[in-house]
Amino acid sequence: MNLDPWVPILVIASSLLPGLIIFSLAENSVRLRTGLNLTGALLNLVLVGWMLWGVYLGHRYEARLALLPDLELVLLADTLSLLFITLSAVLWLVTTVYAIGYLKGSPHRSRFFGFFSLCVTSTAGVSLAGNLITFLLFYELLTLATYPLIMHHGTEVARRAGRSYLVYTIFGGALLLLGTVWLYTLTGTLEFTPRGLLNGMGEEHRPALRAIFALLIAGLGVKAALVPLHGWLPQAMVAPAPVSALLHAVAVVKAGAFGIVRIVYEVFGVEFAAGLGVTAPLAWLAATTIIYGSLRALFQDDLKRMLAFSTVSQVSYITLGVAIVGPVATIGGMVHLVHQGFMKITLFLCAGNLAETLGVHKISEMNGVGRRMPWTMAAFTVGAFGMIGAPPVAGFISKWYLGLGALEAGQGWVIFVLAGSSLLTASYFLPVLHAVWFREPPVCWPKEHHFGLRETAWALLLPPLATAVMALGAGLLAAMPFSPLNWAKLIAAREFYLP
Amino acid sequence: MVGVFGDIPWAVVLILLPLTGGMICFLWPGMAKLAGAVTAIAVSLSVAGLGCQLLAHGVYHHAVGGWGAPLGIDLTADGLSLLMLATTALVGLGITVYSLAYFHGEDMVRFWPLWLFLLAALNALFLAADIFNLYVTLELIGLAAVALAAMPGGRDALSGAMRYLLTTLLGSLAYLFGVALLYHGFGSADIAILAVRVESSAVVWAALGLMGAGLLLKTALFPLHFWLPPAHASAPAPVSALLSALVVKASFYILLRLWLTIFNSLAGEVDELFGLLGAAAIIWGSIQALRQPRLKLLVAYSTVAQIGYLFIAFPLAAGAAASVWGATAYLAISHALAKAAMFLAAGNLLHFGGHDRIIDMDRVVQRLPLTAGAFALAGVSIMGLPPSGGFIGKWLLLEAAVIQGRWDLAAVMILGGLLAAAYVFKVLGYAFTAASVSHEPQFVSARMEWSALLLASGAILLGFLAPSVLSLVDIGSPFGIMEVRP
Amino acid sequence: MNTAFFYALVGVGLFFLGLYALIVHAHLLRKILALNVMGCGVFLVLVALARRTGEAQPDAVPHAMVITGIVVAFSATALALTLMVKLTAATGRAELQSDERDPH
Repeated sequence: MNLDPWVPILVIASSLLPGLIIFSLAENSVRLRTGLNLTGALLNLVLVGWMLWGVYLGHRYEARLALLPDLELVLLADTLSLLFITLSAVLWLVTTVYAIGYLKGSPHRSRFFGFFSLCVTSTAGVSLAGNLITFLLFYELLTLATYPLIMHHGTEVARRAGRSYLVYTIFGGALLLLGTVWLYTLTGTLEFTPRGLLNGMGEEHRPALRAIFALLIAGLGVKAALVPLHGWLPQAMVAPAPVSALLHAVAVVKAGAFGIVRIVYEVFGVEFAAGLGVTAPLAWLAATTIIYGSLRALFQDDLKRMLAFSTVSQVSYITLGVAIVGPVATIGGMVHLVHQGFMKITLFLCAGNLAETLGVHKISEMNGVGRRMPWTMAAFTVGAFGMIGAPPVAGFISKWYLGLGALEAGQGWVIFVLAGSSLLTASYFLPVLHAVWFREPPVCWPKEHHFGLRETAWALLLPPLATAVMALGAGLLAAMPFSPLNWAKLIAAREFYLP
Repeated sequence: MVGVFGDIPWAVVLILLPLTGGMICFLWPGMAKLAGAVTAIAVSLSVAGLGCQLLAHGVYHHAVGGWGAPLGIDLTADGLSLLMLATTALVGLGITVYSLAYFHGEDMVRFWPLWLFLLAALNALFLAADIFNLYVTLELIGLAAVALAAMPGGRDALSGAMRYLLTTLLGSLAYLFGVALLYHGFGSADIAILAVRVESSAVVWAALGLMGAGLLLKTALFPLHFWLPPAHASAPAPVSALLSALVVKASFYILLRLWLTIFNSLAGEVDELFGLLGAAAIIWGSIQALRQPRLKLLVAYSTVAQIGYLFIAFPLAAGAAASVWGATAYLAISHALAKAAMFLAAGNLLHFGGHDRIIDMDRVVQRLPLTAGAFALAGVSIMGLPPSGGFIGKWLLLEAAVIQGRWDLAAVMILGGLLAAAYVFKVLGYAFTAASVSHEPQFVSARMEWSALLLASGAILLGFLAPSVLSLVDIGSPFGIMEVRP
Repeated sequence: MNTAFFYALVGVGLFFLGLYALIVHAHLLRKILALNVMGCGVFLVLVALARRTGEAQPDAVPHAMVITGIVVAFSATALALTLMVKLTAATGRAELQSDERDPH
């Protein structure tokens, strides 16, 4: 019996089933819930690792289920889906450990972890989707699973953030649906195809295809936080820290960015899209978002809000890499999908630690915090340098390839965008770092908890350290096999460009 | 197995079973719960039996008492009938389980006979082969439904039921007038015979107008929906569920049948009108739902909106009949499951909190998680988000609309989905508040929570069953021959 | 114009007369009576048109329909009257309130 089709299904099940069981657990069955969470996350990681190896060797993991008489749900593991799902599997494990520590003793944990698992299920589904309708299904499921997480605290601010999130994403989902239906009526298929499925579409369809592209990108742009569709993201940071971390690093914004990658490369085909003249506007949109996000981040005092605007800016590097037509830039964009994940999750987890341990929420309260929490702040520093693009942290690799790719594609203006953005990023992170390490700490912190000799609880400290190490490792060991960079190169060679 | 059960006239059983059950409940109120539960289960099994027969032998005919048309009563079942019967049985089963825990004392004595009579009438309607029997069954449904809606006995319920009764009688009489004209013109009441004989003439147009108007009134298509929200909102929760999920679909089923057969060749402009009214219903009903302060009224107006989707199909059907009608049937059954779940969930909240003011739905998610889950899942199908039955129906309709360049209809469908999301999440949003408990909560039994949740899960599950359900509906090609994709 | 056709026309007239009354009268008893008049109109049409042109014996099927219809109308009227009595007892008026209900 061929087990291959079952692997992607098991990946989905490894987070879906624990999630469903957790919903039914009583609030105080902490052990069972923790056990289920960790088992699911570990199993997920093992399965993804198995697929990673298999796909590298050329295996094909594919499961199909008829959704309509002539339309199927497809779960497919190709190199691109593995890039994203590996990231989500690794970061899910880390965030789960963190969330268990973070939410210790707080109410409604069964509900929280249930939706948390559903959120990861949807992310896995988004990455494994083999056609646009499957993608749409999990994309919408992601919206629904994230909403209760953002509203988790139930305060008026949280509810407003949840409502704003829904207004944006449901509207985006509607656009995506319309674009998908329209595309389907023209092509009769929605399968993601290496180098695109539109090759050979006649001249007469060009205006329609441009409109479809606009609809799809607008639908995905909401989650990818492309300006002017980013409004929900800074508000959503009222969610608990592990949720923000997951939202910004893997789940929501990345689902949007990943969708854009799929649309440009495997639905339209990048050369076809360039021929349609739709990639240039997309590149400009991404560049605008990058600069705008950095500018807004510059003027924030709330740490999480600053990080949120930083996400707006950083995620658009992926879109930018996609929209500069050319293999090197593509690699830069792809690899940033992973690198930004490692770095941003580190930053958010550290922000969560500050809030939980010292009650510090604002940048102006961070003076000298490096002396009280050296390990946390070391991780934070690694993340911040990565965001700026300083070597040897992973962010440098992304920017290097983006810049090279832009030059190769003859789009020199991108260099200015990259430089400008790095400059801005440096100017909002460096003052923070300076205050953290070189200013005098205050006499007492806003709301301090003590954890004996340690600076904070193990479950809160280890995850950001782990992700910081990953962000460093991805940069230092970029030349090793199975590094994000090499995998991105493999994707570009196998899926996007003719060899 | 097939040898023994294959010869049972399941169609007759489907009518006699609930009728007998209703009688038993009426005569021996002490046995009402038992009889009700047994009947609902037996009806579900009988539908399965009928389904096996249909799968094996195709379209089913039965001449009651061996008389045959024109004097006798013929029963017939094709895929569409089977689908409606199955939906009725499933939704009915869910509501039965719910009602076992919901009704006590005097209410229980009243509810069970009426519900089982309603079930008998619904089954008979979906099996009827001639337009006069459709009239009789329609009237029976109306009477049973009105009596159910009047059960709480208060001012709201009684006036809602009265308005409902006058409306439903008016609708039936208009329909009966049409039957008289058709019978006069073509000498038969049998649908199949009429479908062959009818050709465009003044009599036929008059009949079409009368029957159409009567059925639209009963289906509560905008602007003839005025009677629905008060009647549906003031009835007890299981009754609201029955009315919104099943009773409204019965008159729609007749309309669909007549359009597919008798009026098949004529109704070009009327189709456009239906589409227009459907679009208006979606927008108007959704906006009204959004404005309601009370949960049950919100759900009732949502029904007004969702009925609009069923009529969007009429102008599209000319281009791609089979898939569009398939989509409509799919929407109808998904809505039946989802709306029943929604009303049951609303009933739980009302029972739990003693009120159904949306703005005071504090912390429901924590305290009735299953009910909130049921409401959310049902909402997913109503919004048409994947994966759900509602999504499948909407996808097929959208596809047809885009292929035919009907961007107006496509836009209305999308807009309707957005508005539906707005009113569903309006409720769910309040359920997340951190407000403190402001009243003494009433106990809600697990059966009431689970029946709502299972019905809602059914609506979600339908999102994965489309190929088999659509091929089942196609038994006897009720929608005409499947056309090939371009 | 033969007698049957005349009766049929009278039936149509009754139907619309009843419809008019149903709409304009507020009192529930009048509404219920109006529905009965409409029903009689339809039954008259059915009976009148049963004798089809050129046949000696009238068609029995419409007669059967009318008898069934009368039974249905009878029970519907009974239900309507019961409801009316209960509504009058509850509200003090044998009329339907307008849609705008006062919150309570």
